[in-house]
Amino acid sequence: MTRIRDLAEVCKSKNAGPFDLTIDVVFRDRALFDRVQATGVLGPALFARLYGVEESSVLFTPYPAGCAFKATLPRLVPAGVVGDTDVYGAQQHAPLLDVDIPL
Amino acid sequence: MREMRLLSTSGILGYGFPEESLKAGLARGVDMIGVDGGSSDPGPYYLGSGTPFASPMAIRRDLRLMLRAALAARVPLVIGTCGGAGGEPHLALVAQMVREIAREEGLHFKLALIHAEQDKATIKRHIAEGRVRRLGQLPELDEAMVDRAERIVGMMGPEPYMRALDAGAQVVLGGRSSDPAPFAAVAMRGQMPPAPAWYAGKMLECGATPSIPKGHDCLHVTIDEEGVTCEPTNPARRCTPLSIANHSLHENSSPIHHVEPGGLLDTSECRFEALSDRRVRITGMRWTPAERYTVKLEAAEPVGHRAISICGTRDPLLIGRIDTFLDEVRGAVRTKAADFGVPPEDYSLIIRSYGHDGVMAEREPVHEIRGHELGFLIDVVARTPEQAGAVLAMARTNMLHTDFPGRLCREGNMAFPFSPSDIPVGTVYRFSMQHVTQPDDPCAMFPIEYETV
Repeated sequence: MTRIRDLAEVCKSKNAGPFDLTIDVVFRDRALFDRVQATGVLGPALFARLYGVEESSVLFTPYPAGCAFKATLPRLVPAGVVGDTDVYGAQQHAPLLDVDIPL
Repeated sequence: MREMRLLSTSGILGYGFPEESLKAGLARGVDMIGVDGGSSDPGPYYLGSGTPFASPMAIRRDLRLMLRAALAARVPLVIGTCGGAGGEPHLALVAQMVREIAREEGLHFKLALIHAEQDKATIKRHIAEGRVRRLGQLPELDEAMVDRAERIVGMMGPEPYMRALDAGAQVVLGGRSSDPAPFAAVAMRGQMPPAPAWYAGKMLECGATPSIPKGHDCLHVTIDEEGVTCEPTNPARRCTPLSIANHSLHENSSPIHHVEPGGLLDTSECRFEALSDRRVRITGMRWTPAERYTVKLEAAEPVGHRAISICGTRDPLLIGRIDTFLDEVRGAVRTKAADFGVPPEDYSLIIRSYGHDGVMAEREPVHEIRGHELGFLIDVVARTPEQAGAVLAMARTNMLHTDFPGRLCREGNMAFPFSPSDIPVGTVYRFSMQHVTQPDDPCAMFPIEYETV
């Protein structure tokens, strides 16, 4: 098992506006980014499964210049409405931490 | 080569910065001091209620240092999204502080206030003229949505700031603005092309956030026709190619395409070059003007009144059957609230379980409870404050006293940390617009008022 929590420099979530959640996974350098990308694990299907949304509603962007992957998807409910648990969206990253990247 | 030097003091006015960092920035030479004053991130309450999310005490402290510095250096002080949400009361709060500080410090200058709050008649006219379109999940904007809004703001671009500076304002306070707009305005007024001007704004709007270690501190940016050079002024921080590149991830849906009022900033071809171990030069950003200039609308509408209570249990028998227990509490509250005249459709009762799924709710993948205690937040939102308080009191009592099979803790199920245990929170709002409109021109929706301080 090579988990994201053991590989990544950064794994974080935050609002991208009040209606969307954006999740970033950043790696130490380009070589590691390339190896992770080659496994194909990080992609829209993974985020759709972990966050219970349609794959078509995940905007997934590999960002080689930042050695990072970004996924933006709808929040469970808009920020601050009744029933929201995380107004800033800053604690929605945890499901990614244990994802296995078979390097 | 011509260049402009811009200094941002922090990510938000009122988040604080070391005074030494401001001095170090001034020593490097600056053509402008600025800061972004707001964000929608703290949620709809602040836009709806007209209050700031940073404290007035902290805002005043930052403002005083910035006013003194800008006037001593004879450079403009430009602040975007004043008061956190950039509506009329937010702008008025910061403007009043500026006047008071100026009086206390004996400072004199021309002040510009750029208003961003929109009157409902104007937005209705825009709807009727077919100028408004939706961006996301919310329905098409209609008159009823406009009427329900407590407050509507338009998000201005750099153009109103440029106009205020052209008119000779030394201190410019803006209402709701695109975060980079105050900085991009100064750069473009200094004849810098839009691409590096907007890119610089993107870096500056968060203060020293593009550096490591991250923190609320000052960032110095030099802009020329080819690119942007970033350096934090606090020697304890550094910008690295990776810290700069990764700032493009921050609060954006895409790291490479940034939609702004007048166009699109594309950072996909950016090159990052370390000029030293703490200075980075960025080139290769591109700007594509939009076919039509659009202004984003934000609004908050009231949805009810909230009251909350906090408690916890240390009882393993209760934790073992918590889902059933909470269902029983909800059922008892439903019956008893209806008995005193508050039917279920008049309120929502949410009991959040920390230690279970309090942070992620339905998205929580871990279902097993692994802790020895659970914390609860009892959250009631009702039509009136009285209803919210009444339903909450009933929920709190039932959390404490509801019996369950095998119960040993017969005097009470919950530890309440406070007396009073029930806390009225006030009006609850929701963001009710996610739309753009087409103004007659970029300044049309943002009137500017000048005064001599």
